Amino acid sequence: MRSDTKDGKMIESVNAIVRISHGMEVEPAIHSTLSHLADSEVVLRIKEFCLWYGKKQTLFRISMDIPKGKVTALIGPSGCGKSTLLRSVNRLNDLIDGVRISGDMLLNGDSIYAPDVDVIELRKRMGMVAQKPNPFPMSIYENVVFPLRIDGIRDKRILDEVCERSLRGAALWDEVKDRLQDSALALSGGQQQRLCIARAIAADPEVLLMDEPASSLDPIATAKVEELIHQLRGEYTILIVTHNMQQAARVSDFTAFMYMGRLIEYAPTGMMFVKPQLRETEDYILGRFG
Amino acid sequence: MSVETVKTEEILEPTLPSQAPRGLKRYVPLSSYGTPYLWLMGGMLGISLTMIVGLLLLILVMGSLTFWPQKIIQFETVDGKRYLGEVTRRETYKPSREQVGELPELYREKANQFLESRQGISERFLVRTGNYERTNTHFHWVSDFQIQNSTYPEWAFVWERLSWGRFYGIPVGFQVDGKLFTEGLQESYRLFRQHFPDVQKKRNKIYYLEKEVLGALNYKMEQARLNVREKELKLRNATGERREALQQELQKANAEYSRLKENLEFEYGKIRAQIETLKKETQRYSILMQVSDGSIVPLPLATIVRGYPANQLSWFEKVLVYLDRWKEFLLEEPREANSEGGVFPAIFGTVVMTLLMSLVVSPLGVIAALYLREYARAGFLVSAVRIALNNLAGVPSIVFGVFGLGFFCYFVGTSIDQLFFQARLPNPTFGTGGILWSALTLALLTLPVVIVASEEALAAVPNSMREGAYACGASKWQTIQRIVIPRALPGILTGMILAMARGAGEVAPLMLVGAVKLAPELPIDGNFPFIHLERSFMHLGFHIYDVGFQSQNSEAAKPMVFTTTLLLILIIVVLNLVAIFLRNRLYRKFISREV
Ligand SMILES: Nc1ncnc2c1ncn2[C@@H]1O[C@H](COP(=O)(O)OP(=O)(O)OP(=O)(O)O)[C@@H](O)[C@H]1O
Ligand SMILES: [Mg+2]
Repeated sequence: MRSDTKDGKMIESVNAIVRISHGMEVEPAIHSTLSHLADSEVVLRIKEFCLWYGKKQTLFRISMDIPKGKVTALIGPSGCGKSTLLRSVNRLNDLIDGVRISGDMLLNGDSIYAPDVDVIELRKRMGMVAQKPNPFPMSIYENVVFPLRIDGIRDKRILDEVCERSLRGAALWDEVKDRLQDSALALSGGQQQRLCIARAIAADPEVLLMDEPASSLDPIATAKVEELIHQLRGEYTILIVTHNMQQAARVSDFTAFMYMGRLIEYAPTGMMFVKPQLRETEDYILGRFG
Repeated sequence: MSVETVKTEEILEPTLPSQAPRGLKRYVPLSSYGTPYLWLMGGMLGISLTMIVGLLLLILVMGSLTFWPQKIIQFETVDGKRYLGEVTRRETYKPSREQVGELPELYREKANQFLESRQGISERFLVRTGNYERTNTHFHWVSDFQIQNSTYPEWAFVWERLSWGRFYGIPVGFQVDGKLFTEGLQESYRLFRQHFPDVQKKRNKIYYLEKEVLGALNYKMEQARLNVREKELKLRNATGERREALQQELQKANAEYSRLKENLEFEYGKIRAQIETLKKETQRYSILMQVSDGSIVPLPLATIVRGYPANQLSWFEKVLVYLDRWKEFLLEEPREANSEGGVFPAIFGTVVMTLLMSLVVSPLGVIAALYLREYARAGFLVSAVRIALNNLAGVPSIVFGVFGLGFFCYFVGTSIDQLFFQARLPNPTFGTGGILWSALTLALLTLPVVIVASEEALAAVPNSMREGAYACGASKWQTIQRIVIPRALPGILTGMILAMARGAGEVAPLMLVGAVKLAPELPIDGNFPFIHLERSFMHLGFHIYDVGFQSQNSEAAKPMVFTTTLLLILIIVVLNLVAIFLRNRLYRKFISREV
């Protein structure tokens, strides 16, 4: 066990370090994380969140506060539950049979999992980019404006404008502007991924959930997506899963390290990558993980 | 090191190379090689294909040869009889002693010798001799030992007629108004060609007047009668003030009816007279034919459909006759108890019924599949429903026919008649077989196919697409409507194609719920309300059965069986091609480059 002192100087913003006893046999008794954040600064508050796929528990008492207008990166080895956590935020896991949860999440102070929540309204406030690109079987144009279509918006002017803005945002506009009516399924894998990003930002969501948005992109497109994230910061709150440490370091304000369904360390990115508090985190970041 | 060892061994035993790898040789079971199975599988595929291709080829060849004009042959037998006609079939058989014994004394010895030289086996020809009204038969068997000589008379004619089947003979003269007008072969034929188009035109006119004009009049009259009857029925059930009003209405209707009747009867008479004059005009001309027994018979032009000197035709003229027969087959109505003429009503009935069926079964099946796949919670009940569906697909189709007759025709149909068509009772309107009930019965029959295929198509929609839609805030219905259904559409269409093919080829249930030997009217025509779902209809599949097995002149009808089968298969192929084309377009639109 390493020291759990905190260095006040290093935490310039109001943040606390989240840390856990890393011995997994000890149930982590953690994390009113970033507890010094005022309510108004938190957009999403995860409280003691556990999730089971059937009998198998996948998330263990995760507590973290996602600050408003910031970019928060989720890192961790494959299979540690990053996607699961992300999908829990917009309740996509509801669709899977046999999923059970405990704990709660609060979006701007309102419970996400309360029984009277309108899930559809909730999801409309969030945009999501899935880990695998999932374009719809329709034209590129219709794909992008899908969130507006289901809201019943028919005004061609608005749709056109949103389509162009979103596609530009996702760095796809130049490639597809001449063939907006073509099937989206004819795009390449990377193009499809950017299309899904465009779709996610089309409806101006409060929170943007991105699950490895740059996993199949070339460096140029990746840079564009990162640029987009930079632009959106401040206006949107972004929760991004990434396997790319440099990317996490470049784009995020805060980083959370997850391991085997538990939140291990959660700190400002600058600190996390310069001086992680736990050895596991350090090992993972430096690629010494085994 | 090993290299050296091997070398030494080779040097030591150079003459026995097979012994060198002895240590490596192991027993390898045959089953571990794929090759025998490959042969087995290939063989099986070959057998299946041969059977299918063989069947199709048979139908194709027989079906397409039916209409090709045959040569006319004349057999002269030793007992002095002559047989003029077309050879439709030949076979070998063993004639009995009596058959030879029937020959005139003079030839018996010769025939016996002839047979002996062929081990008692004779070849016989089935000659279509026609001239039914004179001989009471359409066909004659002629065996080779009976034949004295055979010729192809240069100017022998085949006449296809409206009734009594074909007529064979040689033209010798032309009659107008029962009096001899010309003699001589060429001249008579010329006159025939000159007058025949006019006769044909007039005949068509008569047909039009009888069927369309008189039909429309009858229809009008029937409507007026029904109106009166309806008022009567209403009056019977009414009381008080209502009665007064109804009484007046009835009187009005009655007056209207009598007025109409008078009018119509006048019209009727006029048209009848017109028809009579036309008929008389067509009956003026006859061509005189010398038949095989030497007598001369007048053949009225009014009864002739087509005639040609079979042994004179060039290849090109044969093609023309061939095409003309196909045209008649495809576009005309049947005549002579379906064994001649066309099958247009059957084509029409089949297509309309199949489309109607698809119209019913597709939404039903797709919606059921949607519920099963997207809404129903997986569990015992859903599994039970699936099993039941699959079993339904195995129920003999005649059972569906019985169900359709009992439920649709007798129960639903009779109830509809009671409610809406009381005036027509006791004649059933919907309470008997009809195209609607047939379509519904077949829809029921093909429902499992559509449901199973649609379910599979829905299951093949990747979950990630659904999640993507949900993540955008789509409701369940929006997801299904905008994402799931379009994506599953090609697969659903495949199910519909299968259902259509199955439905179009099904006959057994139709015999109970609406297909008939001869339908007087098409299910769609010019009389309001244009689509008559209660009418019975003709169906190609049933037509095959009827022509092949119920026909009096079955030998003549047999080729029609092949042609009709060919046609039915072609129609199914066309329906399928259209659906496949549609599916491929959708497929390219929605699925193609998906990984
Ligand atoms: N639908 C599901 N049913 C059952 N178990 C699941 C399901 N989805 C994920 N899991 C399990 O939950 C665990 C966490 O999965 P998750 O997808 O969240 O991992 P991840 O951190 O996103 O990994 P990666 O970086 O590879 O995407 C894994 O062990 C996985 O097997
Ligand atoms: Mg993941």
